[in-house]
Amino acid sequence: MDLENQKRVMEFAEKYGPENLVIILGSAEGEAAGIAAETVTAGDPTFAGPLTGVQLGLRVYHVCEEEIKNEIDPDIYDEQISMMEMVLDIDDIVSEMTAIRDEFCKY
Amino acid sequence: MTALPFIFLGGNMKSVITWASYVLVHTPDMVIANGSTQTTERIVNPGSEYLQQLPKHIRSYESALSYPPNRCYIGDITPAELGAMEQPYYENGIENAERFSKFGEIMPQDEFYLLIQACDSFDLVFLEENFVKTTKEKLSKHPLMREDILNRIKDGTSKEEIERFINEEHAEGLYIKGEAVGFVKRAHDVDTNLSAHIMLENLVSKASSVLSLLHTMDKSGVDPSEIEYVIECSEEACGDMNQRGGGNFAKAEAEIAGLLNATGSDLRGFCAAPAHAMVTAASLVKAGTFKHVIVTAGGSTAKLGMNGKDHVKKGLPVLEDMVAGFSILVSRDDGVNPYIDLEHIGRHTVGTGSSPQAVTSSLVLHPLQSANLRIPDIDKYAAEMQNPEITKPAGAGDVPLANFKMIGALAVKEGQLERKELNSFIEKHGMQGWAPTQGHIPSGVPYVGFAREALLSGEIKNAMIVGKGSLFLGRLTNLFDGISFMMLPNKGLEEEKQFDDKKLRLMLADALRKFAQSLGGEGE
Amino acid sequence: MSLLEDKKVIIVGDRDGIPGPAIEACMVGTGAEVVFSSTECFV
Repeated sequence: MDLENQKRVMEFAEKYGPENLVIILGSAEGEAAGIAAETVTAGDPTFAGPLTGVQLGLRVYHVCEEEIKNEIDPDIYDEQISMMEMVLDIDDIVSEMTAIRDEFCKY
Repeated sequence: MTALPFIFLGGNMKSVITWASYVLVHTPDMVIANGSTQTTERIVNPGSEYLQQLPKHIRSYESALSYPPNRCYIGDITPAELGAMEQPYYENGIENAERFSKFGEIMPQDEFYLLIQACDSFDLVFLEENFVKTTKEKLSKHPLMREDILNRIKDGTSKEEIERFINEEHAEGLYIKGEAVGFVKRAHDVDTNLSAHIMLENLVSKASSVLSLLHTMDKSGVDPSEIEYVIECSEEACGDMNQRGGGNFAKAEAEIAGLLNATGSDLRGFCAAPAHAMVTAASLVKAGTFKHVIVTAGGSTAKLGMNGKDHVKKGLPVLEDMVAGFSILVSRDDGVNPYIDLEHIGRHTVGTGSSPQAVTSSLVLHPLQSANLRIPDIDKYAAEMQNPEITKPAGAGDVPLANFKMIGALAVKEGQLERKELNSFIEKHGMQGWAPTQGHIPSGVPYVGFAREALLSGEIKNAMIVGKGSLFLGRLTNLFDGISFMMLPNKGLEEEKQFDDKKLRLMLADALRKFAQSLGGEGE
Repeated sequence: MSLLEDKKVIIVGDRDGIPGPAIEACMVGTGAEVVFSSTECFV
């Protein structure tokens, strides 16, 4: 995850309290989603950014996951995202995200 | 009142693609010394495992030369041929691969250092004396290095001087197998915009673009003196602290390439710039402003080894060891070469929005609708053509495939394609990616040379080139950007007959008579 | 229970997946407040 984005996540976790934060990803691939999810839960696995070794344990979801999709207005989802369900490997993304949450999410 | 008939007088002239050249430079040491992933790592994690392992993953020139995606970039094999080859490509190099090809060449690093010096007009580049002697002899055998270019190469300096400048004078080293063979000085002691780092990046972009220009002039059949305008479209900026991005790489490059009758300017648009530049060049030619315009760009040092960490981690060689360039000649209609359709340009506008659906609609669906065409009517699409062997290990997926999937998915959504036909659509209208991850380089334009040939042979009846840009990277806007155009076959100059004189006079006389009659009527 | 209602949301979009502004548009009506949105580009 971009170093600047990691910095912002850290700052907002401090400002609002980690239990009040939800990170939503738009990653194109399962692997990228998994790395981003791990970064905001267990710490930056690439040891490149400010979240290296920082275990925020935040709630993190990909926007195409059922849990998030269900809360979005269906018309808006249809317009903004639905086409990508034919493009992205949603199963792969869900599997990566679930594994990370199960292991590292604190909330 | 009767409306006057609207008469076209000219403006039907087409802008054709006369030639496209593509070059690569193998720059293994620049990966380590200048790639931004590596320079950042040296600051953030100086002794890291990655930096220690990296040199073991650097390829030889022979390996880069035979690498199939590289051979495709320079036109030695087609995208279709690449797609049929065995993978992984880095384990299945093409035998007897030659340096020079139909569209250009793959230049080795040592000769490129000399070319960089030849492109320097401010005494900033110094090379070691023995290195110069040996390498100048090699470069003088290059079929396109004119005497005046070779004369710009200076006698070399000493190893001690090189060490001193790198260690004490903030110079950027130029290395061969880890040993310093030269340096680039900073152009100013205080102004950071003229640092050695920036001067090197700009000179690399300039030199790789010059190489492409030389190939285009060699193969296009057009005399260099006929080139009137050059549009450069890389992502670099040149200027001092008072005009940080002043630019005109185009003119600087035209100078070395020997285009004495050309002026030019730069066009910036992140990765979409080449497509923007093609539309601009075609428009200038169609308007009759210029007869020949070249769109050109060199490559990026910063992006060398960009995904190196993932390549090393997964046991791959560092595949991002190539600086790339291209030059496309756009000319007035010759009745033969395929032309750029300027009537149905796809534009991602300020109001388009950022959803993939909106982006793809603006660039593909809407221009086709305005031409009464459907998405499956385009034989080949070329959007972002990055080599997936580079991007997949880094978790960035197969970008060309994702683009073709989006175009197909949109066609499904619009009822132009059945859901179950999506995979065959991608197979038929898409291509295996091959271009190096050099930012603006992969964006649509790598296919132009192949498209020209396929349109000339009749293998395809049309192609759409799509450029996309991530403007938000400049932190000036959150907007995305893109522009697209179709390439179509030329039906010959006869089709573009103007009205003959007599017919025109009769039409005018008729119109004036009707106008006079209507005026007479109103007078009552 | 709602995942998003009354929560502060940080969006990390992907140019090749779902970009930030598209996700942000989806947050309307969910009861969440978007405190930061960005789009990453890996190519």
